[in-house]
Amino acid sequence: MEAHAAQAPVAPPRARQFRLPGVGTGLGRGYVVLWLSLIVLLPIAALADQAFSEGLGHFWSQVTSPAAKSSLELIFVCSLIVVAINGVFGTIVAWLLVRDNFPGKSIVNAIIDLPFALPTIVASLILIELWGNNSPVGIDIALSRTAIVVALCFVTLPFVVRAVQPLLIEMDRDMEEAAASLGAGGLTVFRRIIFPNLLPGLAAGVALAFARALGEYGSVLIFAGFSKNTIVASILIGQQIEQGNETGAAAISVVLLALALVVLVLITVIQRWGSRHERAQGAGAGGLTLMPLADGGAETLEAGADDLDTGAPGTQPPLRREEDERE
Amino acid sequence: MNSAVKGSSTSRWGLRFLGLGYLTVLLVAPLVLLFYKTFEKGLAQPWEAITSSDGLHALKLTLITVVIAVPLNTVFGIICSLLLVRSRWRFNWLIDSVINLPFAISPVVIGLSLFLLYGKNGWFEPGLAEAGIKVLFSLPGMVIACIFVSVPFVVRETVPVLQEIGTEQEQAAETLGASGWQTFWRVTLPSIRWGVAYGVVLCTARVLGEFGAVSVVSGHITGQTQTLPLYVEQEYQNFNLPGAFAAAIVLAILALLVLMAMNLLKRKEAT
Repeated sequence: MEAHAAQAPVAPPRARQFRLPGVGTGLGRGYVVLWLSLIVLLPIAALADQAFSEGLGHFWSQVTSPAAKSSLELIFVCSLIVVAINGVFGTIVAWLLVRDNFPGKSIVNAIIDLPFALPTIVASLILIELWGNNSPVGIDIALSRTAIVVALCFVTLPFVVRAVQPLLIEMDRDMEEAAASLGAGGLTVFRRIIFPNLLPGLAAGVALAFARALGEYGSVLIFAGFSKNTIVASILIGQQIEQGNETGAAAISVVLLALALVVLVLITVIQRWGSRHERAQGAGAGGLTLMPLADGGAETLEAGADDLDTGAPGTQPPLRREEDERE
Repeated sequence: MNSAVKGSSTSRWGLRFLGLGYLTVLLVAPLVLLFYKTFEKGLAQPWEAITSSDGLHALKLTLITVVIAVPLNTVFGIICSLLLVRSRWRFNWLIDSVINLPFAISPVVIGLSLFLLYGKNGWFEPGLAEAGIKVLFSLPGMVIACIFVSVPFVVRETVPVLQEIGTEQEQAAETLGASGWQTFWRVTLPSIRWGVAYGVVLCTARVLGEFGAVSVVSGHITGQTQTLPLYVEQEYQNFNLPGAFAAAIVLAILALLVLMAMNLLKRKEAT
């Protein structure tokens, strides 16, 4: 599991036109486009249509109403705080998982993904039990802005850890050792060598966490609730739907959506920059962006390196059988 | 003097304290408390709550949404990844970006957009009303919401694996005379199966726990359009804490199973 695994400068086999059933034909494309339109694009179009249904002026007045403005500001500021906290702690945790050794490490590694697996409403429920007025440790932060931050920290932690982890695994330790042997202290090595190398992954992870935090609903709902100070944008949208102000809800949604799109574009840019900086490997087929979702990233990189060494995994036997069958 | 790379033992312990302390406070403590709170007065009460007719119905409905949404997204995910990786099409970048959208959109916003599309005065409303199909405040709407939020998972996990395996094996199969379908079933699918499975697990977890989007389109009709996450919230609002905890523990156990499956699959994928 040491550093050099993914260094092999083998160019990925070029994606050739290959006749798999349906793929690349009108049928396959049609299906994908139809499904995405029906499931994703049409609803979003309907949302935008509703938001502007009463004209640009009305849209603007909905978005700039005191309630909308304060809810958007609140979630923006909270998300910034949250990604700052998780940027630091997520990096520390990733570091522990890659560079340190302690009993129970694999359990710790597994539990990082808990927030991905645990329904957000359950998170909210248990957070209010732990940090609410029944708190076993006597700390009551429920229904406050601190609660928003804590809930969002819970939900977004894996994004940062899982984005930084593969880069740490990949990182060439020679540089650090060289720096250390030249007399650089631990902090200098981190600041000058390790951190710059982690930056692309960290930035992408933080951006993803930020996007997720902006729209988070379930985990905030019970724990932070809707007291006067804690109405974030997603909660306000929910309230306005219940009050039947669909245009207002749609208007705020469009703003949230626009913010999220900016973040998505940012992630793509970061990843382009990261792959240019980091890996000879990164230039996959068709310039696809690989979201560091969960931690598929680390594993596929490792798996990929293995494949390069040993030749692709054994798919020969099925072929043989097929030959036999056809005779 | 310790080498800077290894780090001094103070800084090592300092980092352990910070990192593990953060995890304990943020992740472990809540989970432990959830189990403790649910079972502190024995098994009878949570069992009763979850086997109440509303609880059981919520569980059933949750499983139904999983059984419909996950296979649909799996098939789509595999075909879409093949399209993205194995074919050159001018619009692949666009499809790739659209796939990522559900990650970035707030669940409530997803719910609202479906609400507007299928609801009264919605674009689809006239046609649906004529056909007598009710989407909003009933199962189809909830399933559509689940599909929307979980579209990206299988694609995102399959694409990197497809890129890794390359096309050599497939080309060999083709040279040996295999048809497109034979190649797919016997060469491509076996090589990507763990990636796909990982995506399926993530997709299942998301569908099981989806709250925001489903909450908007379901209309919260107790015993009819309530999935387990919605049931948790309603029981909490009704001050029925044991009921909320019992439903929450079912979801938490499912989440832990998902975690275990994820770890297992990661190991499989790495070998």
